Amino acid sequence: MATETHEAVGACVDAGGSALGMPQLCADWIPNQIFWLLITLAAIYFVMSRIALPRIGAVLAERSGTITNDIAAAEELKNKAAEAEATYEKALVDARAEAQAIVAAAKADIQAELDVELQKADAQIAAKTAESEAAIAEIRAGAVKSVTQVAKDTAKELVNAMGGTADAKTVTAAVTARMKG
Amino acid sequence: MATEADAHSEGGLVFHPLDQFIVKPLFGEGPVAWYTPTNVTLWMFIGLACIVGVFALGSRGRAIIPTRLQSIGELIYGFIYKMVEDVTGKDGVKYFPYIMTLFVFILFANYLALLPMSYSPTSMIAVTAILGFGVFIAVTILGFVKNGAAFLGLFWMSDAPAILRPIIAVIEVISYFVRPVSHSIRLAGNIMAGHAVIKVFAGFAALTLVSPVAILGITAIYGLEVLVAGIQAYVFTILTCVYLKDALHPAH
Repeated sequence: MATETHEAVGACVDAGGSALGMPQLCADWIPNQIFWLLITLAAIYFVMSRIALPRIGAVLAERSGTITNDIAAAEELKNKAAEAEATYEKALVDARAEAQAIVAAAKADIQAELDVELQKADAQIAAKTAESEAAIAEIRAGAVKSVTQVAKDTAKELVNAMGGTADAKTVTAAVTARMKG
Repeated sequence: MATEADAHSEGGLVFHPLDQFIVKPLFGEGPVAWYTPTNVTLWMFIGLACIVGVFALGSRGRAIIPTRLQSIGELIYGFIYKMVEDVTGKDGVKYFPYIMTLFVFILFANYLALLPMSYSPTSMIAVTAILGFGVFIAVTILGFVKNGAAFLGLFWMSDAPAILRPIIAVIEVISYFVRPVSHSIRLAGNIMAGHAVIKVFAGFAALTLVSPVAILGITAIYGLEVLVAGIQAYVFTILTCVYLKDALHPAH
């Protein structure tokens, strides 16, 4: 009976559908597993080697390439920014130097103008002073002469008033002597 | 026979933790021939569809700023690519598509198997043996093609004492031939054991007295299985890379 049942459902399954022994070791089923395994492996290998792996490899390579490029571009931009900053600094320094030069030139101009004006003013003052001195000298000379005249006249009149006869020459001589003394 | 049938109808404490691994035809009943579409086929193809969805359709936009699906694909690509490059060196990179194929197949099969009512192709020794022996045969042929007889230097420890060298060589040869066995049994054993243990806990959940503990147990084992699914895919892949490195650079 047992052998009949086995023939009906296969050598590895009993009448109730349970496994007899280990299904792993059932010789009837082994060729089937091997056949389908080989088909599955061939299909996976085909899909992997022809489609999936080249594609994923390309994506990974492209990504790392993109990242490298981006880093290089960022580096370049950074260098450009540094360059621009250097140019700006230089322009600033130049502008400052130019401004200082302009200030110095203006100062020099003003100084020169001032010097000219001062000289002119000094000359004018000197001229005025000389003029004034001449006038004062004239006035002084006039004054001395007048005093001499007055002294002579007064002396003559005094001599006359005292009853003497004043010799003009004597009086003049006397007054002159007095005035010198 | 009769007692087994009784156990089915009874609905009490029944354990059939291995029934989840039975291969059934998708359409109708009958014997499973080598070409019959079965539940194994269905879940392998669901995995294939998910892989195509994530890796081919997800990357369709070729976006510099990736979409969510595309970034998952890129993450897995970068992870495996770096693993291959780190372990095997620059000249191993041309085998990257095959290693990637293995990794995504195991990863998606393992995680899809964690869905309720799903089937786990990676728990079948036939499947993992093909994967493991495929790697073994490919790596061995590659080793001889690339290095000629110098590939045998892999077994000859030139820096060991002269007396020990033949003994070490024998051990190395044995360990070399055990590689594909451990490579495939490790994956199938981990996945099968985890799923079977979950079924055993589920069987206990039928008893009212222990069902809270059983359900907590299912939850805990499920959490463990989520880890195991990822780790086993990783382990299988990194061991493949190590074997490939031995083939490309056999000198110790």
